[in-house]
Amino acid sequence: MSADQTLAFDPDCHIFTGCGFPAPGLHTFIYEPIATWGSFELTKPMLLAVLSSVVVVGFFWAAFRKPKLVPGKMQMIGEAGYDFVRRGIVYEIIGKKDGEKYVPFMVSMFFLVWMMNLWSIIPLAQFPVTSLIAFPAALALIVYVLWVSLTFKKHGFVGGWKNIVGWDKSLGPILPLVVVLEFFSNLIIRPFTHAVRLFANMFAGHLLIVMFSLASWYLLNGIGVIYAGTSFVMVLVMTAFELFIQAVQAYVFVLLACSYVQGALSEHH
Amino acid sequence: MSALQTLAAVEGNVAAIGYGLAAIGPGVGVGIIFGNGTQALARQPEAAGLIRTNQIMGFAFCEALALIGIVMGFVY
Repeated sequence: MSADQTLAFDPDCHIFTGCGFPAPGLHTFIYEPIATWGSFELTKPMLLAVLSSVVVVGFFWAAFRKPKLVPGKMQMIGEAGYDFVRRGIVYEIIGKKDGEKYVPFMVSMFFLVWMMNLWSIIPLAQFPVTSLIAFPAALALIVYVLWVSLTFKKHGFVGGWKNIVGWDKSLGPILPLVVVLEFFSNLIIRPFTHAVRLFANMFAGHLLIVMFSLASWYLLNGIGVIYAGTSFVMVLVMTAFELFIQAVQAYVFVLLACSYVQGALSEHH
Repeated sequence: MSALQTLAAVEGNVAAIGYGLAAIGPGVGVGIIFGNGTQALARQPEAAGLIRTNQIMGFAFCEALALIGIVMGFVY
């Protein structure tokens, strides 16, 4: 896939003019750099990633800069969001006593991931940052380092390994099999699926929206106008659906992070 | 034409067929999760919070397989 393919969209390309459908693909996710400093290239996704942290920090700053006993509008929304993650996710999974320490981390994670997803349907941005594997992979790596170090901190070296591989004497002869399976599933598959789940959801969602948008433009010729209308309705439906999926994926990402931390803190997996 | 010849004559993107096959398992799984989750909610509405959390978690585990299917089509 060449760089010039990234801007291959031809506005004059319509059906019945002998022009093939410009199907979206991996090249949809590659952007020309906005600015270049030496070998460093600033692209739109990078800019959006920085903007999302600015938005999250700015929002919570505005909400909790001057906390009042009777909350104002911003503080009300901020408290509702904070409490949702605290009661709805952390308390449910880790528990009240152990979980309180991880609430700030999980709240930041939830809102950062959500904001990164939300760019998908915000006009002019219209690109979910998390649909590039690097961003979810980095976030998953943070969670991975957190729970692995917590396991060894809580149980010591030998106990930590026993916790990770699911050591249980009562298993008897199938213990070696369980140890190998648990080792792979916990240490290798787990961070991979944690990152890929978020990435693939956003990737597929963005691809669907792009495909229907391109199709509604492509079909605008002759009888194709009728089909273009259907395709445009699908764009609206997919946009609404994405709004739901983005929140669910941010929720799931944090939920899994909590369940990994809980697994690291508990005696048995 | 034998089945093998028919298969060999398939043109276009094979990834589409592969994804169709890959979606069967997760489809069944997601159905079971939400079916049983709804049943559990109906039987014990007071445990709604816990049930919903676990339901979404099971859904995420299941759905990951289908999503890896989507991505694999682009990898190969």
